[in-house]
Formats: sequence, structure tokens, C-alpha cells
Amino acid sequence: MRIELEKRGRVSTLFSIVSPLLALVLTLVFGALMFWMLGKAPLGALYSFFVEPLLDVWSIHELAVKAGPLILIAVGLSICYRSNNWNIGAEGQFTIGAITGSILPVLYPAWHSPVILPLMLLLGIAGGALYAGIPALLKARFNTNEILTSLMLVYVAQLFLDWLVRGPWKDPQGHNFPQTTSFQPEAVLPPLLDSGRAHWGFVFAIIAAVALWFMMRFMLKGFEVSVLGQSERAGRFAGFSARRMIWFSLLVSGGLAGLAGISEVSGSIGHLQPSISPGYGFTAIIVAFLGRLNPLGIIASGLVLALTYLGGEAAQLSIGISDKASRVFQGLLLFFVLSCDTLIHYRIRLVLGSANSPAAKSAVSPSNQTAEVTR
Amino acid sequence: MKKLVIALAATAALLGGFSSGAQAQEKKKVCFVYVGSRTDGGWTQANELGRQQLVKALGDKIEAPFLENVPEGPDAERAIERMARSGCSLIFTTSFGFMDATMKVAAKFPDVKFEHATGFKSAANVATYNSRFYEGRYISGQIAAKMSKKGVAGYIASFPIPEVVMGINAFEQGAKSVNPNFKMKVVWANTWFDPGKEADAAKALIDQGVDILTQHTDTTAPMQVAAERGIFAFGQASDMIAAGPKTQLTAIEDTWGAYFIKRTKALLDGSWKSEQSWDGLKDGILTMAPYTNMPDDVKAMAEATEAKIKSGELHPFTGPINKQDGTPWLKAGEKADDGTLLGMNFYIEGVDDKLPQ
Repeated sequence: MRIELEKRGRVSTLFSIVSPLLALVLTLVFGALMFWMLGKAPLGALYSFFVEPLLDVWSIHELAVKAGPLILIAVGLSICYRSNNWNIGAEGQFTIGAITGSILPVLYPAWHSPVILPLMLLLGIAGGALYAGIPALLKARFNTNEILTSLMLVYVAQLFLDWLVRGPWKDPQGHNFPQTTSFQPEAVLPPLLDSGRAHWGFVFAIIAAVALWFMMRFMLKGFEVSVLGQSERAGRFAGFSARRMIWFSLLVSGGLAGLAGISEVSGSIGHLQPSISPGYGFTAIIVAFLGRLNPLGIIASGLVLALTYLGGEAAQLSIGISDKASRVFQGLLLFFVLSCDTLIHYRIRLVLGSANSPAAKSAVSPSNQTAEVTR
Repeated sequence: MKKLVIALAATAALLGGFSSGAQAQEKKKVCFVYVGSRTDGGWTQANELGRQQLVKALGDKIEAPFLENVPEGPDAERAIERMARSGCSLIFTTSFGFMDATMKVAAKFPDVKFEHATGFKSAANVATYNSRFYEGRYISGQIAAKMSKKGVAGYIASFPIPEVVMGINAFEQGAKSVNPNFKMKVVWANTWFDPGKEADAAKALIDQGVDILTQHTDTTAPMQVAAERGIFAFGQASDMIAAGPKTQLTAIEDTWGAYFIKRTKALLDGSWKSEQSWDGLKDGILTMAPYTNMPDDVKAMAEATEAKIKSGELHPFTGPINKQDGTPWLKAGEKADDGTLLGMNFYIEGVDDKLPQ
């Protein structure tokens, strides 16, 4: 006996809308249960998770600081995933974008000119895009698996950064500690308001999300992304090139990840150091799927995920919930959102008897088709 | 209507959990930011034990909340700012990587006092503290030279910062005081905390023929590998005897509690001032775990060395010492000054590795 997921014939519009709310309610119920079992006041815990971080102005700024890179990376990834290109290496593109963007302030610390910041941002985008161009080239030319190449390039990028900040770019006055000199004021992405740390990186994220939403919704390019993602053959009949789409989607997502990298370094950190990201490039994959690969949905999911990070901290401090418990709670949220979403499209079916059902046989055929893809 | 009242009452009762925080406001808050998990078996756990000692000693006067697994970078700044805003009077930021975040938040909150571990930046409200780990490593080196049959030890190092380089040199220096030909191999794991990488480093070193292992990383993985392969090893930051009951010779335990208590008392009686503190074995900030799995004469030697370091009779870095390339560093009888040690970026003779620069 086994359990199968069977595609539903028709997707309920009502439940597509209700599903996130349902997931939220389930999370609240099970989260409250967990906190109660840990001996904490359940409502107090939920309050510090979801409400406390939103009560102070500084904390809302922090929400934007945390959500900005997640959204910026995730909207780029959504284009990749919609077009069936599996870029897992955004973390590496983020890192390289941060490095190329930092070339000017690190090598020319005495250059005080207003053009430096725009140049840095452009270099960051270019760096991220070029770095994503490596898996794009390998896939378009040699049909290499981009999941592996993009992922492995993450470690290359991180070690390259590590080498730079311990070697040629190390601050000469830094007591041999691994970081570059602090950027000159002209090279720092300014805060949006004086009341907190949120900087222009968050605005870039919103602009990118709206622009890509517009493209997906109203432009031929967006249609091309969806068609090629759903069926490459159908796309070929329409005159779309899967190979060009590999380049397009990877360059866009790499460029946005690079922009996120330089925004983070310039706006939040102020110098390069061995670790510049707590895994934004990987968390953004979750954000992208949580937002159903829709750029506007990603804005919401990025904010929600950022909120759970901040809330986890608030709950640790105010009522002593451990870091582990707050991560379990985050996991609950993701689990319920994704399972509710899955159950809109699929129904669970118990299959009795042997595995030789027609469904199992037909599952083999798509992989045969991909083998005959022409170049 | 009645139901609604009951529901509201129940809600109020449930919410009660966090209003109690307000009543405890008369107690001062001494807060801790951890880079790892408080049960990591190494660095953060040692800090957590120190925090618990503090609560035991002064729990009637203070509260000591903490945040764990805080990544270095912008997240750290937010975590520290949250603490400063939540009424902490004294905040211990317990990782080198929190340095700039600590300085930024400290500038915004001049009335809050900060204690940053192992850093080199300070301010009127930011003190720094560190421990003379190298004293313990010198003793470990002596034990290693006695216990090793091949005369080669393996060192799993984290990052080539002065702190770590100093530890490698101190170990070699201790070993050479027993066996002048003692050699050391070093593997850079490029992490403080990664059981997989640390275990790989341990295996690589053992395959290269070392028969004693020591580490400047935080997990018990190397200890476990040493136990599997049947060689001896030294624990780091916490007593790791549970991971290698027949393997651990001793461990350099960070016993921060002594410092936390001293500084919190200073906060309470108003005498807290920004200082750069660098305490060692004699101050209780560093403790050698019980000397185990060794013959009595080795144990006696280790205890004698420990006593000499405590009394100030012995400084681990006393000349003559040559640098790795054979050029002289310290003349006979000359002692290394703290400034050179804190910026140490060269190996001494006998270390078989090229320092990443």
C-alpha cells in the first residue's frame, strides 16, 4: 500500500485564496500547542512572535533590512523557476555581486564622488549576472545540470571572498583580522529615513518585484517564460528558444542577487568580511515558493519570513523561548503553507496493491523526453 | 455575553506570561549574545556556563537573558540593539565577529554598557575582555611531547587571526621545552563550528601520521575521530571528556563566569569602567580540565607548569625563540610583550605549515 498525490481536475478558486489563511490558523493552533507544552503562555508567545516586532518604528526598519535581500533574490529566482531553470546558487551570485560592487570603495577609498554609489550598484549587478552566466553557459552549451553547477559555484564564491578579505583586500590597519577598510561615506547606501536602519535596498526589492510582476503579467517575455517552463516543445512551436531563456532567466536572477549583495554590504555592513550573508540566497528559495513564484506574492512571503526571524528573537528575549523552539515554529509555518498549497492542486489517494499501476509507468516517460531535447 | 467575558478573562490569563516582565524591572538586566548554540559543547556552551554561574551568584540582584545563534553581520546589530532597547544595562557580546555591531549600537546607547569578547575596538561604554588561552596551550604542548611516540602533533585551526596563531606557537613552544625536535602539522578548517569539516581535518592529520590531536575549533568532532582512531587529544573551550573518556588528556576550559561576576558587581556598585582586560590561569578565567589518561609523572609535570604559570614564574613565550625561518625573535630570557602577542602573525620554529597571509 502506498500514498499517491493525484492532480485535481479543477483547482478551487475559493481555496486558492483561503489556503494561506488556513495555513496561518493551523500554524497558530499548533504553535500555541507547542508553546503550551513548553510551559509558556501561548498567546504571549504568539504576541511576541507576530505583534511585538511591529510595534516599534526601529523594528519595522529592521523588518525591511531583513526582508529586502530575501525579496530581491527571490523575485529573480521566480523567473528562473517558472522557466524551468533551477538556479540554486543565488548565495554565490549574492557574494560575487558584493565583491564586484566593493571594488571601487576598497581600491579607491579616497575617491569622494557622488557617482561612486551608482557605479558600485551597476558593478554589483554585473558581477552577479556574470557569475550566474557560468551555469547558463554550461547548460546552454553542454547541457550541464544547472542545479549542481550553480550550487557548487556558491562555495567557490565564498572561498574567493574569504581569500580576498584575508589577503589582498585586508585592512592594513585591521590587526590582521579578516575584513576590508570601512567604505567611505559616499559609498554607503543611505538610509531611507532617519528613524532607523532601513536603506534603499528595500526599495530596489519592491521595484524589482513590481517590474517582474508586470513583465510576467503583461509582456510577451513573461508569456515566453511560462510557456517554456511548462512545455519546452510547445515553446519551440511558438518560436521561443529554450537556450535563450536559460541565459535570460539566469542573468536576471544573478543580476538581482548581485544587487542584493552589494546593497547589503554597502547599506547594512559597511565593509567586506568573510561572512556577509546568513544564507539569504538559500532562504530566498523558500521565499520564492512561499510566494507561489509570483513576484507580488514574494513581497508578502519575504516580509512574513523576515517577521518570523525578528519574532523569534523577540520571543527569546521577552519570554525565554529557545532559539530551537522558534525555528520549529518557523518550520510549522512553512510546512502548513506548502502543504495547504499542495492540497489545492492535488488530492491524496491511498493505493492498495502492487506498484504496477499505470501512474507509476507513465511517471517514467517525461525523463525520456528530456533526453531528446535538441540544441 | 457571558461567554465573551470568560473568553476575555482566559485571554488575559494567557497573556499574563509576559506582563510579569514589567514587575521584575527593578532587577538590572545583564544580557548575553551568543554566536552559536548554547549546547554546542564548545565556545558558546562555555559562555553559557559562565552566565549560569553569574545567575547563581547574583541572581537575586540581576536577570540574565540571552540570544543564541545570532549570525555575525547586520543580524547581530539588530539583536544587540533589541537588547539595548529592552532595558539591558550591561551586554556581553561573546564573539569577535560582533565587534563592529557592538560599536555601532554602543554609539547609539551611551548609557548602556558593553563587554566585547576578544576584540580590539573599545569606547567609553565598551570594554573588551580576553583570556590568555595560550597559557593552557603551553601546558597541552608539554603533555603532547611526553605522550607522543612519533613526536608530531596535529592542530586543527580555525582562522589565521593572531589569537589562533598565538595558540599554535604556544603549543609548539610547550612541546619543544620537553622535546626540542617536536613538530606540528596544521590544518585550517576555516570555521569555528562545523563538525563535518573538523572531523575531515582530524582524519587528514591522522593519515599524515600525527598521534596527538589538538584543536582551536568548537565541536567535539575531532575528539570523537581521535577516539575512533585510538590516539590522544585535547579538548577546547569546554571539558570534552564525555566525547572521549579514554582520549582526552586535558582540556582548556573557558571559565568566563569569574569575569562575568566581577564585571556585574562593578556595574552594581557603580565602579564599572571601560577596560581592556586580558586575564589568565591565575584569575580563574581559564581552567585546565582534570589531567586524565596519562602516567603520574606527566600529570605531575603538567601540574607543576600550571603552578609556575599561575605564580608568574613562567611565561610561555620566554626566549630564546626563533621565528619559523630561523631568524631570532626573542633573546634568551626575554619575554614577549602583550602587543606583539595580540598581533601575532608569524610562526615560531618547528611548526610544519605555511601561515596563510
